[in-house]
Amino acid sequence: MEEVKLFGAWPSPYGYRVIWALELKGVKYEYIEEDLSNKSDLLLQYNPIHKKIPVLVHNGKPISESHVILEYIEETWPGNPLLPSLEDPHGRASARFWTKFIDDKALPFAMLLMTDGEELEKAAKEVREILKILEEQGLGEKDFFGGNEIGLADLAMGLIASSFGVIEELAGVKVLNGDEFPGLCNWVKKFKENPAIKKNLPDPDQMFVYYKQKREMLINSRAALSYK
Amino acid sequence: MAQVTLLGAWPSPFVYRVIWALKLKGVDYEYVEEDILYNKSERLLKYNPVHKMVPVLVHAGKPIAESAVILEYIEETWPQNPLLPKDPHGRALARFWTKFGEDKNPALFGFLRTEGEQQVKATKEGQEQLRILEEQGLGDKKFFGGDEIGMADLEFGWLAWWLEVWSEITGVTLIEAESFPRLHAWIQRFKEFPTIKETLPDRSAMLTHYKGYKGLRTPYLALAKS
Repeated sequence: MEEVKLFGAWPSPYGYRVIWALELKGVKYEYIEEDLSNKSDLLLQYNPIHKKIPVLVHNGKPISESHVILEYIEETWPGNPLLPSLEDPHGRASARFWTKFIDDKALPFAMLLMTDGEELEKAAKEVREILKILEEQGLGEKDFFGGNEIGLADLAMGLIASSFGVIEELAGVKVLNGDEFPGLCNWVKKFKENPAIKKNLPDPDQMFVYYKQKREMLINSRAALSYK
Repeated sequence: MAQVTLLGAWPSPFVYRVIWALKLKGVDYEYVEEDILYNKSERLLKYNPVHKMVPVLVHAGKPIAESAVILEYIEETWPQNPLLPKDPHGRALARFWTKFGEDKNPALFGFLRTEGEQQVKATKEGQEQLRILEEQGLGDKKFFGGDEIGMADLEFGWLAWWLEVWSEITGVTLIEAESFPRLHAWIQRFKEFPTIKETLPDRSAMLTHYKGYKGLRTPYLALAKS
């Protein structure tokens, strides 16, 4: 019997990507919540190099790095595919391109959470530019980045649907609005309506509490550093 | 117009990665040199509007950008002489190490961008990552890909050729043979591999190029995420 374990840490969007992939494909798995301030021996054994989540363990063999895990899941459980078929290598390349794009842009999103004042304004501006590229060039006229169905790139963008609203609220900014980004707002709605996704979204109130605490801690520690 | 066109900028290691993949698989292509510093062509801006960078592969008129994405495309489109193993776990490992290379570019290239004490620190940090690569990435294998050159070998190909040139210019040696015997042996194997050996940029031309007024701060190093 196949044994699939997923090590994650709520509410990490990287962990959620893998949860969504497994759920969309109906793969049974055991989820193990990690306390990142007190990493388990198992996690350190399975991901000695980065010591991070998510880690997928399949029949005892570990795989780390979320996009590497997603490719592994796609190859191992080909039902309900997350990539276009091999007949369409360009479509597959496009999915990988947009996955890499959002991964490379993690910092401005993180800065929205971690900063205030001028730095926050700068981060908001950068995020707005990123969303513009996603709206016009990534999504275009499509419902999903993957086309008619949720695909790999949609899962990578999932944080925009799941946690971004809470981050915006805490930062006191409204970047993702329906006037500037009708396509993305429609995408958020459709993404969250998917039955497998809907059942596996982090609770917004719990996220608010979690990220509020994190934001205060991060802003305070950055202020403390600037006085050194 | 050729079926396969590669937009590149000499002597970018990111571009060479793609050239090696095409050559290893025996794929015919047309190479087009882009002036990415001063005069990006309309064609480049059309084919890579998001990043406006090389390499870009154009196949039957459709563009693919980002060297890692291009390598996956090449692997799927021309499956001969595979760059990835068949088994999903082996493929995951190859992709893991490829990503490790991408993520650690800033640490590995750090010695190029610093001087004095900063450079000593940056060199040490780079060597810490190389230690992981030596012991856990390469181990006792002939290549990162096992017995044959694979995707991860192409990711680290710059260590086998560009590093020597940069070391000569900066006076910093990142990989000493005694400290990194496996990586050192891999370097010799990689650059002697026939297809690779025929496809390396001329060393003295590289020295001139990297010593030039922009020197080691040329964009395709600074934008090491391409």
